[in-house]
Amino acid sequence: MSRQRSLATAAGTVAGPHEGARAGGRSPLITALLISPAALFFIFLLILPLAVVVIYSFGERAPAGGYAPAFTFANYLNLPARGKAFLNTLTLAPLATLITAIVAYPMAYFLALKAPARWRLLLLALCIVPFWTSQLLRYYAWMMILGSRGIPSWLAAIGIEDLRIINTPSAVLIGAVYGFLPLMVPPIYVSLEKLDRRLIEAAADLGATPLSSFMQITLPMSLPGVATGSMLVFILLMGDYILPQFLGGGKVFFIGNALVDLFLQSRNWPFGAAVSVALVAIMFATIVVYMRFVLGLSGQRRVALV
Amino acid sequence: MTRKHWENRPISAKEFMRELRRLEKGSVSRRHFLAVTGLATATATLAGSMPWLKPRRAFAAGLSGTVNLTTWPNYHSQQNLDDFAAKTGVKVNMSVFGSNEEMLAKLQAGSTGWDVFVPTNYTISTYQQLGLIEPLELAKLPNYDAAAQDKRFTAEGTINGTVYAVPKDWGTTGYVINTKKVTQNPTSWKDFWELAQGPLSGRVMVHDYQLTTIGNALKQFGYSFNSNDEKELGDAEKLLIAVKPHLFGINSDYQPSMRNGDAWMSVCWTGDATQLHRDLPEMQYVIGREGGEIWTDYYAVPKGAPNREAAYALIDYLLTPDINAKEVKAHGYPSTDQRANALLPKETLENPILYPAKELLSNLEFGAAQTLTNPLRAEIMARFKAA
Repeated sequence: MSRQRSLATAAGTVAGPHEGARAGGRSPLITALLISPAALFFIFLLILPLAVVVIYSFGERAPAGGYAPAFTFANYLNLPARGKAFLNTLTLAPLATLITAIVAYPMAYFLALKAPARWRLLLLALCIVPFWTSQLLRYYAWMMILGSRGIPSWLAAIGIEDLRIINTPSAVLIGAVYGFLPLMVPPIYVSLEKLDRRLIEAAADLGATPLSSFMQITLPMSLPGVATGSMLVFILLMGDYILPQFLGGGKVFFIGNALVDLFLQSRNWPFGAAVSVALVAIMFATIVVYMRFVLGLSGQRRVALV
Repeated sequence: MTRKHWENRPISAKEFMRELRRLEKGSVSRRHFLAVTGLATATATLAGSMPWLKPRRAFAAGLSGTVNLTTWPNYHSQQNLDDFAAKTGVKVNMSVFGSNEEMLAKLQAGSTGWDVFVPTNYTISTYQQLGLIEPLELAKLPNYDAAAQDKRFTAEGTINGTVYAVPKDWGTTGYVINTKKVTQNPTSWKDFWELAQGPLSGRVMVHDYQLTTIGNALKQFGYSFNSNDEKELGDAEKLLIAVKPHLFGINSDYQPSMRNGDAWMSVCWTGDATQLHRDLPEMQYVIGREGGEIWTDYYAVPKGAPNREAAYALIDYLLTPDINAKEVKAHGYPSTDQRANALLPKETLENPILYPAKELLSNLEFGAAQTLTNPLRAEIMARFKAA
C-alpha cells in the first residue's frame, strides 16, 4: 500500500509538504542543471512562440496574405466573427469531456477495485491499445461505421428509418468519447487504486450503505483523478480540428477548424493569431475555475495540477 | 510494409497467377507483387551479378537523392513515379494538398523543401510577383514542346514572355450525381442548389474551397464565377447560408462519401468524376449550363528547390508523350499536349467527362488571381462554414 502511494506521489497527483525541505538541501547549481532541459524547452518552444503569436495578433494581413507589422486592435475587435466557432467548441468539448468521464469512471472503478490483481495491469494496458493505430485511420473507420451503410442501416433493419449520424454533432461526440477514453481511464484508475480501503471498511462497520460510502468516500477521494483526466481530454478537444473535420464533415466547426482556415486558406495570420490568443485565454480561465471547483469539492486544496 | 515470414518462401504457380491478377486489377502495388513473388530478390541478384542489366541512366548524370513532388490527390500514375526512380536513381517523395491557398501559405512561410509542385493557372502570377517560383530553363525540358500544347490552356504559365510553369493537364469543375438516387436530370447550377434544398436535402456536398463553392453559388444568379463585387458576393453568401443546413458535408474529399452512398450529389472535378464513373457507372458528371470553372494545372519549380536538377528531370520525364499518356489513363484529366492525346485510346478521347461538348465549354471561365486572394471571399467562406 505505501509503495503504491509513493508511486502516486511521483505521478504528481499529490505533492507532499516535505518535498520543499528536501530540495533545499541540494546545491543550487545541481538544481539549475536538473531543471534546465525542461526550462529551455519551455522557453524556446512555448514562451517564445507564444510571444510571436501575441505580437502577430496586433499586426495586419499583408495584401497577398501573411503578416504585415502594425499596431491595431482590429483583430481582437473582429473576434465575434468567429463567435459561432467558439460557441460550438465551448459546448461540445465540455459535453464530450463529461460523457467520457461518465463512461470511463465505471471502467476505472472495475479495474482498480474489482478486477483480479494479476489481470489489472494487462487490462489497463489493453485500454490504450487503440493508440497503436493511426488516429486518422480510426476516424476513417468511424466515417464508415456511422455512415449510411453502418449503424443507420442496422437500425433501419429494426424499423428506425433514415437516421443520419455522420457529419452531425452527435458523430463528433461519439468520436470524441471513443478517441479520448484511453486518456481518461488511467488517471481515475490511479486515484482509485491508492484509495485506502480501510476507510470503506470503517464506513461499513459504522453502518454506511455501499451507496453512501461511495458518495462520501470513494467519489470525493477519486475526484483529483477525474479532474486530471478531464483536463487532458478537454484541452486536447478544445484545440482539435481533425475530429470535427472528419466526423463533422466540415459542418461542425470548431475553433481549431477556424484556425486552420485562417492560417492555410485565407492566410490572415494576424487574425488567426488573435483567435489563438483568445483560445489560450479562454482555456486558461476555464481550467483555473474548473480546478478550483473540483478541488474544493474533494477538499484537497494542496493538490497542484495547473 | 513489414516483411512477412511467407515472403521468403517460394511461391506456387497458382499463387503467382493470383498475385499477378491482383496486380493487374490494381488492388496491390507493384512493390507488393515483386516482394511476394520473389521477383524483387531475383532481379536484385541478377542485376548484382550482371551489371550490364542495370537500368540505364537516360537523364543527365549526377542525379541523386530524392525529389519532393507536391501535388493533388489521385493525380499521378504510381507506376510512372516508380519507373522514374528506377531510371534515374532518384526517389520521388510525393505529398498531396487540399487547396491552392494551402500551397501558397506553405511557400510563403518558406523552407518547404519542395522541388516540383503543381499550381493551378490563377496562382502563377501571384507566385511570380512574390518571387516564389523560378523562371524555367526550357533547355532542361527537351520533352516539353510548346507547339504541341493547346493554346487555350497554356497562356498563364508565361508572364511577360518568360515561362514560369509548363502545363500538366486541364479540367472543369462541375458536379457528380448518383443517377440511382438522383432522377431529376439536373443540368444547371440553379438545379444543383434547388435540389440541394429540396429533394436531396442531407445528400449534397460542396468543396471546402472558396473559389469553387462561392463561384458556383454566384452562377445561380448568372454572375461571373470570378465576381469580386460586394453585392454579388452578398447574394452568393445568402444562398450558401440558406443551403448549409441541407448539406451533407463541406469537404473536397468527396469520393469516399459518394462511393459509400452517403452523398448523392457533389461539386466535382473532372478526374474525380472519371474515377467514380469508371468504378460505378451510375455516377454521372454534369457541367452547369450557366457555366462555371475551367482550369489548367502546371508544373513549376519553387525558388531554392533543394534538388533542382532532379526537379527538371522529373518534369521532363512526366511530359514525355508516352509517359504523359499513362498519367492521363491513371488520373482521368485531359492532357494539354496533342502528342500525348494521340497515344490515348478512342474511348478516352470520346469520354464526355474528359471532353465535354463545345457549347458547354464555351460558357466556362478560367479562375482569376484576384478570385483566389480576395480576403472578402475567404471571409464569406469562413462565415458559411461557421454558420
